[in-house]
Amino acid sequence: MLAYAWVIPAVMVLSFALILFFGKRLPRKGHEIGLAAIAIAFVLSSICAVEWVGRPADLTVEPAAAAGHGEPQGSGEEHHEPEEEAGHGAEESGQGEAAEHDATPAASAAEEEGGGHGGEEGGHEAEPIRKPVVREGTWFENGPVRINAGIHMDGLAVVMLFVVTLISLAVHVFSTSYMHDDRRYTHFFAALSLFTAGMLIMVTAGNTLQLLFGWEMMGLCSFMLIGHWWEEKNNSDAALKAFFTTRTGDIGLLVGISILFFAAGTTFDIATTNRAALAGDISHTVLLAAAAALFCAVIGKSAQFPLHTWLPDAMAGPTPVSALIHAATMVVAGVYLVARMYGVFWSAFDIGGGGINPIALIGGITVIIAALLAFVQSDIKKVLAYSTVSQLGYMVMALGVGAWTAGIFHLFTHAFFKGLLFLGAGSVSHAVHSFDMKKDMGGMRKAMPTTYKTFMVGTLALAGIFPLAGFWSKDEILLGAGENGYELFLVVGLVGAFMTAAYMTRCVYLTFFGEYRGHGHPHESPPAITVPLIVLAVLSAVAGLLNAPGIELFSEWTENEAVLLAGVAHHEFSISTAVMGMAFGLAGITASYLYYWRNLGPHRLTERNGAALAGYRLLENKYYLDRLYTDGIVGSIKGPIARGAYIVNQRVIDAVVNAAGIGARKAGNFTYDVLDQKGVDGLVNGVGLTAEEGGSVLRVLQTGRVQQYAAFLFGAVALLGGALVLFT
Amino acid sequence: MYLNQFLLLAAFLFSVGVYGVLARKNGVLVLMSVELILNAVNINLVAFGAFHNTVAGQVFALFVIAVAAAEVGVGLAIVLLIYRNRQSIDLSEVDLMKG
Amino acid sequence: MNVFDSWALSLAVLVPVIGMVVLAALPKAQEKAQKTVALATTLITAAVGFGILSRFDYGAGRKLQFEVDHSWIDVINSRYHVGIDGISLPLLVLSMFITVLCVIYSWDHFPEPHNPKAFLMLMLVLEVGMNGTFIAQDLILFFVFFELVLLPMYFMIGVWGGANRQYASIKFFLYTLFGSALMILSFLALFFRAGNTFDIPTLILNAGDAIPHNVQLWIFGGLFMGFAIKVPMFPFHTWLPDAHTEAPTVGSVILAAVLLKLGTYGFIRIALPILPDAAISWAPYIGGLAVVGIIYGALGCLAQKDMKRLIAFSSVAHMGFVMLGIATLTDFGINAAIFGMVAHGLITGMLFFVAGSIQERYQTRELARLGGLLVQAPKLGWILGFCAMASLGLPGLAGFWGEFPAILSAYQPAEGLSEGVFRTYMVIAAVGTVLAAGYLLWMFQRTAFGTPKEEFAKAHVHDVHPLEWVAWAPMLALIFVLGVYPRLIFGITDESVRTVSSAFRAIGG
Repeated sequence: MLAYAWVIPAVMVLSFALILFFGKRLPRKGHEIGLAAIAIAFVLSSICAVEWVGRPADLTVEPAAAAGHGEPQGSGEEHHEPEEEAGHGAEESGQGEAAEHDATPAASAAEEEGGGHGGEEGGHEAEPIRKPVVREGTWFENGPVRINAGIHMDGLAVVMLFVVTLISLAVHVFSTSYMHDDRRYTHFFAALSLFTAGMLIMVTAGNTLQLLFGWEMMGLCSFMLIGHWWEEKNNSDAALKAFFTTRTGDIGLLVGISILFFAAGTTFDIATTNRAALAGDISHTVLLAAAAALFCAVIGKSAQFPLHTWLPDAMAGPTPVSALIHAATMVVAGVYLVARMYGVFWSAFDIGGGGINPIALIGGITVIIAALLAFVQSDIKKVLAYSTVSQLGYMVMALGVGAWTAGIFHLFTHAFFKGLLFLGAGSVSHAVHSFDMKKDMGGMRKAMPTTYKTFMVGTLALAGIFPLAGFWSKDEILLGAGENGYELFLVVGLVGAFMTAAYMTRCVYLTFFGEYRGHGHPHESPPAITVPLIVLAVLSAVAGLLNAPGIELFSEWTENEAVLLAGVAHHEFSISTAVMGMAFGLAGITASYLYYWRNLGPHRLTERNGAALAGYRLLENKYYLDRLYTDGIVGSIKGPIARGAYIVNQRVIDAVVNAAGIGARKAGNFTYDVLDQKGVDGLVNGVGLTAEEGGSVLRVLQTGRVQQYAAFLFGAVALLGGALVLFT
Repeated sequence: MYLNQFLLLAAFLFSVGVYGVLARKNGVLVLMSVELILNAVNINLVAFGAFHNTVAGQVFALFVIAVAAAEVGVGLAIVLLIYRNRQSIDLSEVDLMKG
Repeated sequence: MNVFDSWALSLAVLVPVIGMVVLAALPKAQEKAQKTVALATTLITAAVGFGILSRFDYGAGRKLQFEVDHSWIDVINSRYHVGIDGISLPLLVLSMFITVLCVIYSWDHFPEPHNPKAFLMLMLVLEVGMNGTFIAQDLILFFVFFELVLLPMYFMIGVWGGANRQYASIKFFLYTLFGSALMILSFLALFFRAGNTFDIPTLILNAGDAIPHNVQLWIFGGLFMGFAIKVPMFPFHTWLPDAHTEAPTVGSVILAAVLLKLGTYGFIRIALPILPDAAISWAPYIGGLAVVGIIYGALGCLAQKDMKRLIAFSSVAHMGFVMLGIATLTDFGINAAIFGMVAHGLITGMLFFVAGSIQERYQTRELARLGGLLVQAPKLGWILGFCAMASLGLPGLAGFWGEFPAILSAYQPAEGLSEGVFRTYMVIAAVGTVLAAGYLLWMFQRTAFGTPKEEFAKAHVHDVHPLEWVAWAPMLALIFVLGVYPRLIFGITDESVRTVSSAFRAIGG
């Protein structure tokens, strides 16, 4: 199946087309096609995953420091070509496993080399990895350059396939009930299919051009889905904002891809690019420019500071879409890009060097500011949105501090619990017809027991509580930051963990505890909604064990050539880091819990516990922070900071975005009115006008009187005659 | 042979003609003045021809006479038409070609 | 050589001429017959086009095919020399194809003052000129066809146009004629300086060596003015918005889809290969004007209140990408430029169709008055959205392949050009893609999203008519197919483009 993985996105594209053209006429308005397609895609992805796990690890790669791989690349590639053609032909004629071929050029080159110098390098402790499965055909040719399209399946791609199809399946099932009476039900499912297809195309891509395809397809679909209810201007504004913001980042993607295309020797191939970058074949300046450009795209797509503002606004879309965007697609695309092009980022920013670098810095800033903002939201989806931004910051930070596996692993686990939380929020809002936690929720745990329990699992997983998924992945990030010489980011991570736990506890309190503040009688959602919740809850609970110490399957499966070439370090599980991370998470929960408990219960409780708590001051800050929700006390630090950050967010950063828009419009007006209409066009009109003016002057002379004409005639003759006499 | 007296005569006739063309308002008189100008030219042509001992001057003079005849014919026809239309041949009133 | 091969290209020009004569002979009252004749003519021409497509030797894109070379005007040694290669083929077929669709679209959409006979005749004349330009291999022949398109377009705008049609048509006519005057001067200079011939292939072989560099620069300048005005490049673009805004829908479509391509085609066919030295000297300035055009066109779009005018301004930006591709003088760039021409033809053509249909339904093109198109005519609305997405260069749709490779190629222009300068252009052009997204989606939001304004709330708005579907479906399908499988065009053009670009590598290295 691995060699035929291109079928998976193809199924989703086909599903999009079928729903678009025939969906309306079907009895279930098209969701049967979407469901069937995503189910098939999920099954196929699972088969891929199983095959990948069962694949023998027989490719050895030594870190770049040990062997220079630069030279044999060219020959390796040429040698590779006929094979590729054969593979493609066979693919078309449908011959089975015999056609499967694998090995990237340099990997085989490395093998050959390994064979040649076997005696000398025998002592190297190079761990074998699974060969990626590459199937490509010619897309088009341009001059001497051939551009391929196809699939590049390695552990990272397989993991992503699995996660994306799983979350998408859950979202599809959820939507059949949640979106039931929607105005554009069919259209919604069509877009959902295309959205999934975009992500799948992106994760299976072996070259940057194809990656760009998937990337932009998601941009388009997010535009369609965020603006799903486009009758209201707010929604279409949000859709436009999402598209523009990500597209602004995409300037970097276009530029970065262009630079790398030439830098890696006129190829879009990602594996080749990574190798060239790590082998030092590309000058550092060029690499730095390319990496910086690509990182702009990541900042836009993965909603990193300072381009994160579109993501909370994107909540204007239907909730299942939010779940899909936040958990498995779109926003993680940026993280995936960094992970995929890790060789480039590694060399450009010297990630192995420790200290501080732009990726880690941006990630770290995002973790903190987004978490702060999450405290002041009253809309449950916005809490989750800021939480996503913050968690994406974790992932980016992880990649920035050289903890590649940790970043990917966090992406993996986060997909489950964030998908779960969003769908849970959707379930609640389905019952109360609102997203406002303060006004319309409270006490939902009695009315919606399943939703409550699953939401709790998601919350604890997100907060990083042992042994749920989030604990393991977050722990790895912290470990990586600590061990790779990025102590600052270890601190950031811990603070982030604390805040995450705290704001999620607050969110749970407002939604599920206390008194019901809304109207009507909420009741538990139907099975189409609760079943996906339960499935995701189970996964959120156990997914982390995949990479638990002693098991560590995940890191083995995703082991990747570029990462090995770079020499990314693996670290042993450390009890102290784990305990520390866990302690901060628990502290967050406790702090939040106590605060709300105190508000409800007897007055003295906070005073008693307040003294006992080590983070007393922190609690007090939280106390002030929540003045928006209680009529309590003012003056904490967090409140103003958070609100300040929010104001900066809305008034400054957002204003800059808006100002850029308005400025562009003004500039447009100016260019058009002044430069174009008066200047450039004025010049053109001026030529005509001059002729006209000249004509009207001369016109006076034409009186129509013969004698006057004769007078001119004789006068002129006399003048000319005079001139003749004088000057000759 | 003295060229001067012919040239002076021609210059005199020419000046009279120019005066007539520019100053008179009567269309017929203007046409007659044009004839004077042309004849002044004829005198010059014949005089120079004789002076240089060629017949070319006389030939050109004959051409001019023929053209002048045609010109007067057309000119008088126009004047006649103007008279029919406007009951006047005052050239200062004729400005239909004004731009 | 079989009969079809030797007659195919002449047929591409002759068939519309014959159709026009037949049309002229028909009485004015028989509108049905007139339409049928026009449709049949364009269909036969298109059939010839398909014949050419099927018999074209794609492996030998470098050499001229279907070549015919007869003596024509001996006095000035100008010959009836026609032939096509991979560069002309896509554009020739595009022109044939668009004309058919335009006839279909105008079937019962004839703008005031009606008179289908004259309108259709003009359309056929246009086709003669467009097809002829793409097949001519002789400068005089090229010039004749190049100028032939002016007249019918002038009348189309001047007679069937909007309120300000006279100003627009005269401006269009004079402006382009001005460029042509300089262009013919350059043609004459080439004739006298490079061996008394107008034959393009011969000139390509000889002119580069025969003419000293400084003279080449001047000749190129003349060609530049002629072609750049037609493209139109900033700052020679001001005729375009007026002409587009005032022209009838079909006129706008043909103008955008084919006429603008005559200029860029001229660059690739004539200016670059004949005068490669001069091209290298001029390229940085052309590239500069191109990127200024990209940004400037986009800013112009943002200020528009009229939908059609906005689309017209977007042409300035898009043709900027095409010209940027050409200015890099590389395989990638020129291939991208040709792809960009075809893509822009299809996409902007479609946008004008949609704008025309919207105007027909609402009697206005003012963005402020429109809104909620998706509510009243969802299919029309989504088609507009599709075209807007294609126009902003979304991967997977045709527009992308004109934009991205042009940006890409600017990173490494031909030898002899400054990398620093072109890399700056690259970044500016990339910024232009965001602005493009800005104005197109802004337009889409204003027209399609939301709810209809009060004045139209109760109006009955027809969704897409069957006739419109017939005219549009092929274009929409092509936009998509070309976007997914760009090899359809790159495969044809690549070989021929290498002959053009090879001149530059030779000089540089």
